[in-house]
Amino acid sequence: MEQNPKSENLPDGSQVQNPKSNEVWVFIEQRDGKPADVSFELLCKGHKLAQAMNGKLKSIVIGDGVEEIAKETFRYGADEALLVEHPSLKNYRTLPYSRIINDLVKTVVPRIVLFGATVIGRDVAPRVASHTKSGLTADCTDLQVSDVKYLGKDYSNLLLQIRPAFGGNIIATIITPDVSTQMATVREGVMELTPLEKPNEIKITRVEYKPDPIDELVQIIEQHRESNKVNLKAAPIIVAGGYGLSTKENFKLVEELANTIGGEIAGSRAAVDAGFVTPDRQVGQTGVTVRPKLYIAIGISGAIQHRAGMQESNKIIAINTDPEAPIFDIAHYGIVGDATEVIPAFIEAYKHKLK
Amino acid sequence: MFNSIVMVKQVPDTANISGKVMKDDGTVNRTKLPAIFNHEDRVALELALQVKEKYGGKVTAVTMGPPRASDVLRECLYMGANETYLVSDRKFAGADTLATSYVLSEVIKKIGNYDFIFAGRQAIDGDTAQVGPQTAEKLGIPQITYTEEILNVEKNKIKIKRKIDGGYEIVESTLPVLITVLKDVVEPRPFSSKRVMAFKNARSVMDLEKLAEGNSLLYTDRLIHEYKEKNLLINTFTMDDLNLDIQRCGIAGSPTKVHKVESVVLKGGNQIKVEPTKGGLSGLIDQLMTDHIFG
Repeated sequence: MEQNPKSENLPDGSQVQNPKSNEVWVFIEQRDGKPADVSFELLCKGHKLAQAMNGKLKSIVIGDGVEEIAKETFRYGADEALLVEHPSLKNYRTLPYSRIINDLVKTVVPRIVLFGATVIGRDVAPRVASHTKSGLTADCTDLQVSDVKYLGKDYSNLLLQIRPAFGGNIIATIITPDVSTQMATVREGVMELTPLEKPNEIKITRVEYKPDPIDELVQIIEQHRESNKVNLKAAPIIVAGGYGLSTKENFKLVEELANTIGGEIAGSRAAVDAGFVTPDRQVGQTGVTVRPKLYIAIGISGAIQHRAGMQESNKIIAINTDPEAPIFDIAHYGIVGDATEVIPAFIEAYKHKLK
Repeated sequence: MFNSIVMVKQVPDTANISGKVMKDDGTVNRTKLPAIFNHEDRVALELALQVKEKYGGKVTAVTMGPPRASDVLRECLYMGANETYLVSDRKFAGADTLATSYVLSEVIKKIGNYDFIFAGRQAIDGDTAQVGPQTAEKLGIPQITYTEEILNVEKNKIKIKRKIDGGYEIVESTLPVLITVLKDVVEPRPFSSKRVMAFKNARSVMDLEKLAEGNSLLYTDRLIHEYKEKNLLINTFTMDDLNLDIQRCGIAGSPTKVHKVESVVLKGGNQIKVEPTKGGLSGLIDQLMTDHIFG
């Protein structure tokens, strides 16, 4: 149980907080030997969290021939990298990776461990949290460190795990006061990538991997990745459609507009669920977070989960039939009208201008 | 022959959520929402049933929740489950994913004799996708998450196609293994009308206790015996039926706490209203060109 240092002299025998446990760790995900963007984004956030609690930021790098990745983490604020290399660790597999992280967390007891909310992160983080009995909050949209008084007790360096909750009308701050290690997953693009002007000094600590038969219970037979992945994050203009478009046919107007003005197509979760657009183009808390120069939201009501993924766009245009739709509250330009009429008119006006 | 345990969850229908159903502490007042069968869990059950039909064996459905969660277990019976377990106790209430996975892993150990544990990837009320992997870790067995297709089952092996970031992979696991499935993997079968007739009166021990309370001529023990004889008993585990550490259950066993809940305050105010007319849209496009966004 964590105690505030101030409670050192309390008669109830409270202990001083473990001085070891002001470390922030980020699990660095790699696929085919390439680091995932989200891991570096998390390092940048982790750097700030570590500073806020006078702690150290460590990157956890697991793989085969991934020393270069470990070195790269110092550009994003890592003070030390824990590097675990072995030929059988080349590709992510649940059992060896979770076993390695379990052992590290149990031995060193970091205060915070962050994972990307990717397929890999969401596969490994719960196993580690389960094994180490740590708290884990999925899909956080913000993270902060603060001293907190909770149920009359003082706690230091609690991780405020902030995420929209249930229904989207509220933002909940989750804390895990009574555990040593606090864990969270965060989607790609949520945290900003801000490399240090001067990288930290490289300090790599190699951790030995001890193979165990349990690690080989699952074997990868083959793997396929598409190289031309949609990159919404890099698009300067995004045209997104929502469930308000009603049909896949109407959604084609979104595509037409995007093609006309040179934007990428995106959708809300409802649009993805309805099959209007593929999941890799979902913007929002459980999709991608974007900050384009222009975001056009069409037939999107603007639930908090969606806004979490696009509200920092430079300019937002909202097109919706419902003047009360919450999307208008964050839009710079609001157009109340039916998309099937507004979009063709917009396209025509745009083409006319370019003539 | 392969035996499967399917973890299912009754969830509030998030499509019908309004501010009225939130409690002050930010948790959802579930009693005010329609309760439905979590879709991905239904897909998981369908996969388990397909494995049973192809290779033989038994399908057991398990849910943890309030007494009314027996609704989803009846639906499991309608679809083809052989046996069901309701895990319910006030002491389990308020459980986060860690406490839930602890109780479920102990329940699964008690049921025993399984080759596969199936579950939906995640439930729509939390979207955490944590309970599956957390349960597998507690059982010390491998897991295959994000399953797209079961390719083959052999004596002590299963081959599965699963989603990975940017593509897919094919993996082979020894048994037993916990498998979580994506929502579009298979279409869950409709209820069989024959099975609905056969199992519509299936009841949990709690249902039967309630029945006995309201009628002095009925005794719970006898009812349980009767329903069991007729194959209509939804097996029921409470705290007392399981060898659990109470400190690891319910709120006590849940490290995550809701510290603060804020209503969303919208900025608003600065918005420029654009008329959906030719003139209005032209003006907007001019402005965006001035801002170097267009052109």
